[in-house]
Amino acid sequence: METFANLADGFAIALTWQNLALALLGCFLGTIMGALPGLGPSNGVAILIPLAFTLGLGATPSLILLTSVYYGAMYGGRISSILLGIPGDEPAMMTVLDGHPMAKKGMAGEALAISGIASFVGSFFATWGLILLAPQLVKIALLFGPAEYFALFALAFMTLGGVSSTNQAKSAFAAMLGLGLAMIGVDTQTGVPRFTFGEVHLYDGLDFLVAIVGLFALSEVFIFLENRHGGSADGTKLTIGRLTPPMSMVKACTPTMLRTSFLGFLAGVLPGAGASLGSFISYSMEKRLKDKDGTFGTGDPRGVAAPEAGNNAAAGGALVPMLALGVPGSGTTAVLLAVLLSLNITPGPLLFAQNPDVVWGLIAALFIANFMLLAMNIPMVGLFTRVLMIPSRILMPIVAMVSFVGIYGISGSSFDLMVMIGFGVMGWVLRKFDVPLVPIILGTLLGNTMENNLRRAITIDNGDWFTLIDSPLAIALWAIAILGFVLPLLVGARVKAKMHARRDEEGSISD
Amino acid sequence: MSDRIFGIFGILLSIGFALAALQIEESFLSDAVGPKAFPLIIAAILGLSSAVIALRPDPEPAWPPLGQLAEIAAAVVVMMLYAQFLPVAGFVAATAVAAAYLGWRLGSAPVEALLIGVGTSVGIYVIFHLVLGLSLARGPWGF
Repeated sequence: METFANLADGFAIALTWQNLALALLGCFLGTIMGALPGLGPSNGVAILIPLAFTLGLGATPSLILLTSVYYGAMYGGRISSILLGIPGDEPAMMTVLDGHPMAKKGMAGEALAISGIASFVGSFFATWGLILLAPQLVKIALLFGPAEYFALFALAFMTLGGVSSTNQAKSAFAAMLGLGLAMIGVDTQTGVPRFTFGEVHLYDGLDFLVAIVGLFALSEVFIFLENRHGGSADGTKLTIGRLTPPMSMVKACTPTMLRTSFLGFLAGVLPGAGASLGSFISYSMEKRLKDKDGTFGTGDPRGVAAPEAGNNAAAGGALVPMLALGVPGSGTTAVLLAVLLSLNITPGPLLFAQNPDVVWGLIAALFIANFMLLAMNIPMVGLFTRVLMIPSRILMPIVAMVSFVGIYGISGSSFDLMVMIGFGVMGWVLRKFDVPLVPIILGTLLGNTMENNLRRAITIDNGDWFTLIDSPLAIALWAIAILGFVLPLLVGARVKAKMHARRDEEGSISD
Repeated sequence: MSDRIFGIFGILLSIGFALAALQIEESFLSDAVGPKAFPLIIAAILGLSSAVIALRPDPEPAWPPLGQLAEIAAAVVVMMLYAQFLPVAGFVAATAVAAAYLGWRLGSAPVEALLIGVGTSVGIYVIFHLVLGLSLARGPWGF
């Protein structure tokens, strides 16, 4: 019952004109960013963070805006998957398999509608899952001491490469690079400067927002410059057709949607999985379970519903560890963590006790955003298909300039812009080497907290390093971490080969 | 081959990082761990993973031809100039030039690129500065 009281309070917070307008704006921008190939949930949110700050929004409104973008991007990715056969973002790539054949058969409208409904079902159940599961996880997290937190951070880094990672050495490299960057600046415990090389600008440390926008948004601009595909996606006249799916189709897809929502949510909550893997396993499971006549891959509506429910549910699931533990399991939630940290809010068990307004306001806003998205994505889908026709030679300069404006708006310093360009180049090079970027971001975000927990744990135990593996809880976390690191070495190559059969370039920023 | 060079670069980076960590001056008020230990752990794992990358390289990444590399380098230079000239020339002028350049290099015709540049710049100025009240760089003309 307490949950419902909290939720009611949350709705009271979310139902102000400002918050509703922000949710609407976020849903709209998110759907566009999801639909446009080249912009996905993580770089979409990254570009908008500085905007949320410079507008002077408080914690709850900023989060409402940015998580609406996140949910919206999960909806939007399917539009270009279905109409153009190009996934609009990474999690939507499985939707291509059946969505595009449906469109070719003249059933684009039905495909868009059924995938919109599937997205709604996935997000809806995932938001309920968030409500039910997060408080339970908080109860466990309250048992954590500094040693357990250190183990938890280690777990996050060791699993972040994901089950689909083929080269764990590169994931480890990325995590250490991020942690190393976080060390720059004045040491919080003793006050000595580290790795600043006498540069005063570096005493405060690197601003992780600068790193995020550079790595995610600017590197994308460089990729486009390299490939010079400045045109729009091949816009051969698309007929959308009727936008209402026949009841029989909805009925046939309902069990699929429910099953894959559950599976996707699970994939989202678990470390190292995320939305892309959520949609992948949802599709694979449905195919194995239901594909008796071999219709999957030729335009089966269930093959559209499964990955869409799966990836939207995973998006909601990924919010659970981020809010309850302060440890994100996917790229976009890492970016959302950056937002919280910049607003001086530390997610984790204390967030639920100290800032219940933020948590429940956010959850209520997610429900509202979900209904807005359903409304936007079925009747108004024609609007977004027109946005798809904007060629990237117009879009990319805008992306670059908005990134610059956002960072300059926060700090007003040319030095930060130079650092951001540096990160952009670094991001481009690392993407070429197939080094994942998300661990770098997570490292810069969590580096100092991780070190503080380590030092606190050892100081409490008078300098005994074995305190790190002293409790059963810590040992369990280390065991999961090691398992999560070793598992991809065994199965990673196979999973990745299946997931990335179509295109490879997005691997570094997969979500 | 690329991965081997990358790995060796990583090893050098980790050595440099470790050396810089050893240079950190410890204050007399230190906790049991001190400011050096964690960076040294990072350096060790960084070096180890770089060594693995160098010893077990992935297939060669698809490097762009020299022309495209020059393209990216030129874009970087333009962006750096943009960062430096932003406070001098003001937001609208600097952004129009930078956006026009990017649009041109992404394949717009020169006149069209100029329109994209001016449109982007004025559009951002109107939305972000006039509507949302964000403070942007002021140039000699006040915008």
